[in-house]
Amino acid sequence: MMLKIENLHAGIDGKEILKGINLEVNAGEVHAIMGPNGSGKSTMSNVLVGHPSYQVTEGKVTFNGKDLLAMSAEERSHQGLFMSFQYPVEIPGVSMTNFIRTAINEKRKALGQQPLAPTEFLKLIKEKRDLVKLDAKFMNRSVNEGFSGGEKKRNEIFQMAMLEPSLSILDETDSGLDIDALRIVADGVNRLKSPETSVIVITHYQRLLDYIKPDVVHVLYQGRIIKTAGPELALELEQRGYDWVIKEFEDSGK
Amino acid sequence: MKFEQNYIDIFNQNRALIDQGSAGALNALRDKALDCLERNGLPHKGLEEYLHTDVAHWFEPDWGMNLSRLDMHVDLAQAFRCNVPNLSTLLYFLANDEFALSDTAAKASLPDGVFVGSLRRAAKELPAIVESHYGTLADMDRPGIAAVNTMFAQDGLMIYVPDGVILDKPLQLVTLLHSPVDMMVNRRILIVLGRGAQLRLLLCDHALTANNFLTTQIVEAFAGAGSSLELYDLEETHNANLRVSEFYINQEADSNVEADFVTLHNGQTRNSVFSTFVGRGSNLSLNGIATIDREQHVDNMTFVDHRVSDCTSNELFKYVLDDNASGAFAGKVLVRHGAQHTESQQTNRNICLTRQARMFTQPQLEIYADDVKCSHGATVGQLDEKAMFYMRQRGIPEKEARMMLMQAFVGEVIGHIALEPLRDRLNRLVEKRFRGELSQCEGCRACRE
Repeated sequence: MMLKIENLHAGIDGKEILKGINLEVNAGEVHAIMGPNGSGKSTMSNVLVGHPSYQVTEGKVTFNGKDLLAMSAEERSHQGLFMSFQYPVEIPGVSMTNFIRTAINEKRKALGQQPLAPTEFLKLIKEKRDLVKLDAKFMNRSVNEGFSGGEKKRNEIFQMAMLEPSLSILDETDSGLDIDALRIVADGVNRLKSPETSVIVITHYQRLLDYIKPDVVHVLYQGRIIKTAGPELALELEQRGYDWVIKEFEDSGK
Repeated sequence: MKFEQNYIDIFNQNRALIDQGSAGALNALRDKALDCLERNGLPHKGLEEYLHTDVAHWFEPDWGMNLSRLDMHVDLAQAFRCNVPNLSTLLYFLANDEFALSDTAAKASLPDGVFVGSLRRAAKELPAIVESHYGTLADMDRPGIAAVNTMFAQDGLMIYVPDGVILDKPLQLVTLLHSPVDMMVNRRILIVLGRGAQLRLLLCDHALTANNFLTTQIVEAFAGAGSSLELYDLEETHNANLRVSEFYINQEADSNVEADFVTLHNGQTRNSVFSTFVGRGSNLSLNGIATIDREQHVDNMTFVDHRVSDCTSNELFKYVLDDNASGAFAGKVLVRHGAQHTESQQTNRNICLTRQARMFTQPQLEIYADDVKCSHGATVGQLDEKAMFYMRQRGIPEKEARMMLMQAFVGEVIGHIALEPLRDRLNRLVEKRFRGELSQCEGCRACRE
């Protein structure tokens, strides 16, 4: 099993937001996590990647057999965890090339590998840029600075492709994307899929799931996963909203 | 406490000796300088312009001066280490305040009429030019160290570039502090560019011995009509160095001046820059970087005087302060009555890496013309936490992420530097500085913890 979350409680500024999450993701699977606003979706992804503002109060997370919560954010990244940010951050003065080269070589260093040779690096950049149709000119620009919304999200998937994570969390990757950009992004994600890699898609809406087909769909509500089912659940949520799932959960008296 | 009295006494007791070690115009101004110091005293904390740097106190120790011009046996070969790779310069030295040539500079043939050499010698060989410029910009009645410097300065550097002459090769002046005992050094640099003349000058300030130093430095630069001057001032001294420096720049019509001030490593530094537009159509680019830690202190004061119309001034100063370091920036832009179509922009941005680091910033705009474009901005903050986390998520360790963000922050200023090899060099030096590898700076053995 790639990821195992057991009874995860976490919050921010002393306020508990996740109230006992249980989730298992196997290699090769695509999981969608859906839920209304404020249900804890972003908290969950931030906790998993080790954002320093969030505190874990209870529970356990193992990632490829290792204790994920004991690792720093950068160690989690080196171990193969990636998050595509809902709001990718602009870093003035740090060029894309420098940024991604540093990221890759730090990972290789952590794994005891030699730094990538410049020619290999350039070849890899070209190959991965093509995957998300990101123009070469972006490589000389500062990270995300002056990028459009779509370009920022494509850049996230480009970085994902460069870093070759085993588990990718796509946090609201569809927000702010027009349909063409959405297709490019989804296409990139699909082409990176393999039996060894898994994806957690966090989204409000069904539309990204038309392109990235989930194997399992979870509904997150008030910090708990209240329903888990197959891909048909996403369609049903699209048509009927969340109220019926919430009612079903409340009626069950849990 | 009036710390100037000691210096007035030293001056009166050694007047003959001082004059003997100097010449012409330098000696001619000493009486006036003495009068100014007696009237105005040294610049102290009670003055608004010196609120954050109590320069007068720096004069409290009974500093020794080399007024009798003893040979200090400075090993000039030492200084070759601080040259800028890929930048072929003509290299000159001021060992304390004593002028010296490098071998290459000695052999180089400069264009006709160009003078690069000892200010004392220039006072004898080019008396008319020195007399008509020396001390004419440095206002000894303004709070500062012009008076005390003028009283004691015996030598320094003179650069004269006649009308229409372009010096292709950048000049580099390495100033070396070197003394077996604590010492005060009074340096003087005079730059006169004729019409259409061009000069690039890199000033590198180093300290070779580990004792305490107090340096006073006055730079007067005259940019003739249509001339171009690039002036780079790079300080890499040590924690026991006190430096107070005043730069005066006078720009005639259609001249272009870039003046950049970089404090990479120091003790306590006060730089004042007085820049005046006296002819229309001129541009000034004024930039600064300070990377300081421990108890280091940097105070940059700039005063840009738009006296005439159609001139542009752009200022960008950035500081990164670590540990208990403190910094100050005061930037005044004066747009006088009638200085229409002035364009002026001033920016000062600062990052305090610790809660103990302190930064004081004070932008001042005074505008008496109505058809101008002027703006200013100042910020004091921390490294961007969001950017830091984003980088860590991608696998860049926190320490490295901080480094990259600091480098990017000052990189904006380095990007303004016209001299490309210097840009590359500065990027490398700043990186080393942030990695803590420059606490012993490259040019000098003597940096202290």
